[in-house]
Amino acid sequence: MPVVKSKTHERRLHPLPLRIMHWINAIAIFIMIGSGWKIYNDDVILGWLHFPDAVVIGKWAQYGLQWHFFGMWIFVINGLCYLSYGIATGRFRRKLLPVSLRAILATANDALHFRLAHDDLTHYNAVQKILYLGVMAIGILIVISGLALWKPVQFSELAALFGSFQTIRIVHFLCMAAIVGFLLVHISLALLVPRSLIAMINGGPAVDRGVARAAVAAPEAEPSH
Amino acid sequence: MSTRTRIPSIFRPRKAIDQSVLTQRRAPIQKIDRRNVLRSAISLGALSLLTGCDVSEEDTVQKVLRTVSAWNDRVQATLFRPNHLAPTYDVSQVVKPPRFNAYYDIEDVKPVDGATWSLELTGRVANKQSWTLQHIYALPEQEIIIKHICVEGWDYIGQWSGPNLRDFLQRVGADLTARYVYFICNDDYTESIDMATALHPQTILATKYAGEPLADPFGFPMRLRTSTKLGYKNAKWVKAIEVSNDFRETFWSKQGFNWFAGI
Repeated sequence: MPVVKSKTHERRLHPLPLRIMHWINAIAIFIMIGSGWKIYNDDVILGWLHFPDAVVIGKWAQYGLQWHFFGMWIFVINGLCYLSYGIATGRFRRKLLPVSLRAILATANDALHFRLAHDDLTHYNAVQKILYLGVMAIGILIVISGLALWKPVQFSELAALFGSFQTIRIVHFLCMAAIVGFLLVHISLALLVPRSLIAMINGGPAVDRGVARAAVAAPEAEPSH
Repeated sequence: MSTRTRIPSIFRPRKAIDQSVLTQRRAPIQKIDRRNVLRSAISLGALSLLTGCDVSEEDTVQKVLRTVSAWNDRVQATLFRPNHLAPTYDVSQVVKPPRFNAYYDIEDVKPVDGATWSLELTGRVANKQSWTLQHIYALPEQEIIIKHICVEGWDYIGQWSGPNLRDFLQRVGADLTARYVYFICNDDYTESIDMATALHPQTILATKYAGEPLADPFGFPMRLRTSTKLGYKNAKWVKAIEVSNDFRETFWSKQGFNWFAGI
């Protein structure tokens, strides 16, 4: 039966609020990583790792700190809006759940054999789902560890969960490394499949909300035995 | 005096700066500096989208960032828990000697003569009589074993003792409703803290480290030690205390470091 599309139900793959939040987040992440590298350089965790001046934000230590404590507001406020939006609209549930271990292994296998299908931008494969969920969890952890680093005395109860002050620094640093790793994959794939990058600018293909919901609901309707 | 291995740091230059060169070449140096700042500010385009400011000038960027930093001062004052104690540690964890930090090298420390030193009191203080070291030593002492956390990221556990600042301010009839307490130092350093921090139970005028009078590099004869601020707020070689309602920039805040610097 042909689906009769009505204007009211038609919406883009990436609604406007989501696109705005995505790009604000991109700017915030850029500021936070660049200035974080500058701050890191003043007392390195890994003796061999010193970020070159060309890739850090802030010529002097105080400028790096200023950028970091400016960018944190953008990252946190925008991040809270994004999480609220994703939960309230059901986008996370529709796009990212459910994700099974079997599906992840199958997709990973496909990816390694260069068999991944890209023709349907509206559907995330299991590896994409786990990466997006994972980077969100890391995003939350980097904020919590950042809060403990900023206020190890006022939030001493939170800081104590991590152990010592230096442990908090290492957690914060590893979260950064994980986000940088995610970005390498994320940006490479966006450039390899330019349609996905364009979709994050113009909204991408129209998707019918009702159909999208039905597609998710289908597996749940399977008999349990 | 042994110190720990030094890492490059803006708080501890490798050697003292030869000021004469700077004076001779002031104009070209400032020009180069300005250009580098513009070049290194790679995300300024992004900032302009957010603020609508013309960010082609370093001054404009600084204005925005310092406004946010001042806002962060207010946020930190709100987050401050006046009676919440910082974690304390065991005597066995104390690092001896403490780690040196200043904006110059340890060899350039100018020792203070304890015999001629006196503490001056100015501003909103009823009894402005100055204090000799003997009188300071005669006051009841409080010992705290707390972490010193530097803005750079390093930390160590130190054992400090001396008169409690709140008790001292009460003793000299300071206006405890005033907003700031300033510490004027024997070098050209000044720092100030908010009154809430000055009245915190773990804020002391330290005269001893690990039970011994402070060594010269660590602030002899008297320095501030508070458990709720970053290292640079803990002024060393204090020679005067001022209680005031007026906000003035201090040594590091002038250069763009956050003034409140609470932890």
